[in-house]
Amino acid sequence: MNIIVCIKQVPNTTDVKIDPVTNTLIRDGVESVINPFDSYAIEEGVRLKERFGGKVTVISMGPPQAETALKEAISLGCDEAILVSDRKFAGSDTWATSYTLSAAIRKIGLFDVIICGKQASDGDTAQVGPGISTHLDIPQVTYVKKIEEISGNKAKVERMTEEGYDVVEAPLPCLFTVVKEINTPRIPSLKGMMKAKSAKVIKWTAEDIKADPKSLGLDGSPTRVVKIFTPPARKGGEILKGDTPDIARELVELLKDIVI
Amino acid sequence: MDYLLTEQQIMIRDLARKIAREKIKPIAAKYDETEEFAWEIVKVLSDSDLFGIYIPEQYGGLGGGVMDMCLVAEELSKACGGIALGFAATALGTFPILLYGSEEQKKKYLPDIAKGKKLASFCITEAEAGSDAGSIKTTAKKDGDHYILNGTKQWITNAGEAEIYTVIAMTDKTKGARGASAFIVEKGMKGVDFGKKEKKLGIRASATREVIFTDCRVPKENIISKEGMGFIVAMKTFDNSRPGVAAQALGIAQGAIDHAIEYARSRVQFGQPISSFQAIQHMLADMATQTEAARALVYATARMVDSGAKSVAKESAMAKMFASDVAMKVTVDAIQIFGGYGYMRDYPIEKYMRDAKITQIYEGTNQIQRNVIALSLIKESIKSG
Repeated sequence: MNIIVCIKQVPNTTDVKIDPVTNTLIRDGVESVINPFDSYAIEEGVRLKERFGGKVTVISMGPPQAETALKEAISLGCDEAILVSDRKFAGSDTWATSYTLSAAIRKIGLFDVIICGKQASDGDTAQVGPGISTHLDIPQVTYVKKIEEISGNKAKVERMTEEGYDVVEAPLPCLFTVVKEINTPRIPSLKGMMKAKSAKVIKWTAEDIKADPKSLGLDGSPTRVVKIFTPPARKGGEILKGDTPDIARELVELLKDIVI
Repeated sequence: MDYLLTEQQIMIRDLARKIAREKIKPIAAKYDETEEFAWEIVKVLSDSDLFGIYIPEQYGGLGGGVMDMCLVAEELSKACGGIALGFAATALGTFPILLYGSEEQKKKYLPDIAKGKKLASFCITEAEAGSDAGSIKTTAKKDGDHYILNGTKQWITNAGEAEIYTVIAMTDKTKGARGASAFIVEKGMKGVDFGKKEKKLGIRASATREVIFTDCRVPKENIISKEGMGFIVAMKTFDNSRPGVAAQALGIAQGAIDHAIEYARSRVQFGQPISSFQAIQHMLADMATQTEAARALVYATARMVDSGAKSVAKESAMAKMFASDVAMKVTVDAIQIFGGYGYMRDYPIEKYMRDAKITQIYEGTNQIQRNVIALSLIKESIKSG
């Protein structure tokens, strides 16, 4: 089975700060990590390989330093890593990003399953996975929490919903976006880490993937960011004081006023 | 302090640190309470290749040495000295094969240990043979192609959980220490039984049991080296393994310091964090300095062992004795910094003190270590005339 896992390198969200003047992320000195949701995608890809045999190719669009994330993916069991990197990609929105990744996946050619994390922890859009499947014109199942079986030319998966889960059958090739409930990512092995150290990450530019220049980067992105702002911090709530029966009555009146 | 570790050693240390932090720390209190053996961690260590770091590459390991083993023992012990012992005691049980095993024995046993498929265990102590290892009563009688083992080993770490046991038994009682031999015994061989699990002060996640041999027939090819070499095998094994105990003590000490600093920064008394009081600061400074001194000695010793130095008995004894004494002192002081909270089992710090104590006792009490050191000093003095 040929498995493709798409990952993104993101700033470690535990120490992200916003510049109050420009309203953009302060990336200086912030550690970069694999998007946490993508760690589940990597683990699931490697588990599929262990179940059914085959090969896991991990792919990322990003700046040259995203190579570190791809090497980490190799230490976790991925076989091959591709970095799609070009200045022309700068400023891509989710449409242009998914277009670019789909062009790279077309260049890879043969695949049965594409796995993405449900969303990135920095952009939080959850659009790139579905976008890739649309560009490639293959089915997608989002919020997958379990891959039950893959046999013949179809997959049976559980798709998480707010109330429970749906069992969905889809023909292959198919794209899944996965949620954290799907697995517990493994700790890398020493042999994997050594392999990653000497592994060569394949690098593709816009030209290599034969992408339409008009569909790339900021110019190829239909989304326009009009304004970014930090929402004001929530004010502290009101604490009622007094005897319980009195403040209960007061509370009911207050709730009536704000129409809950 | 920068100890100029190699790139591979940094990788090993960071991986062990990650496992300690993410996998062991959250469950350490649970296993301390239940006294169960943490097989889930054995699985993580085996999947991450750590069991093989000190085993040569031709037997499926990563070809590192005692220094690498120490780095792992130290990091794991920061989170739990008991769980770390599953790893360290396997190294202890493996050293006799590594140091004196035949090519066939190495090929047969080391790959499974390197992969973490099988744990190992070392059996020397008996009810009446502790520091006085010469009074071992377990016998191994030659009978055709076999040796027949009879006797009971006591307080054996990993017993019942491990598959591979290296056992010291007397093949000729009349020869005293020169009548001891070392054997490889497998769990499941007829005549190998295990006693009840001991209840201990600390390292409670580690399994300690009796190993009982009743007319246990061990194939003669399972003798390590040859008849009469048992004590030499045991002593050389300890020379290699004592830095591991020292590293375990080091990890326990460092884990306690890390907790103590964090607590001192967050605990407010008299309107300020107690870390702002000189009384606390000086305690922390002493604890950290003593632990760093122990680390320097342990690493230097481990590197000396790996260099192939002929005699490392004195240095190994020094490292084990010093690091474990430091661990005991530091963990007691860490509880003092926690005050009343430190005495409560709801807080993690008292466990460090309970875990530290054993490092002053096993693989030779610290009094025996001082004997070894003093004996070496006297011998050296005689030699130099």
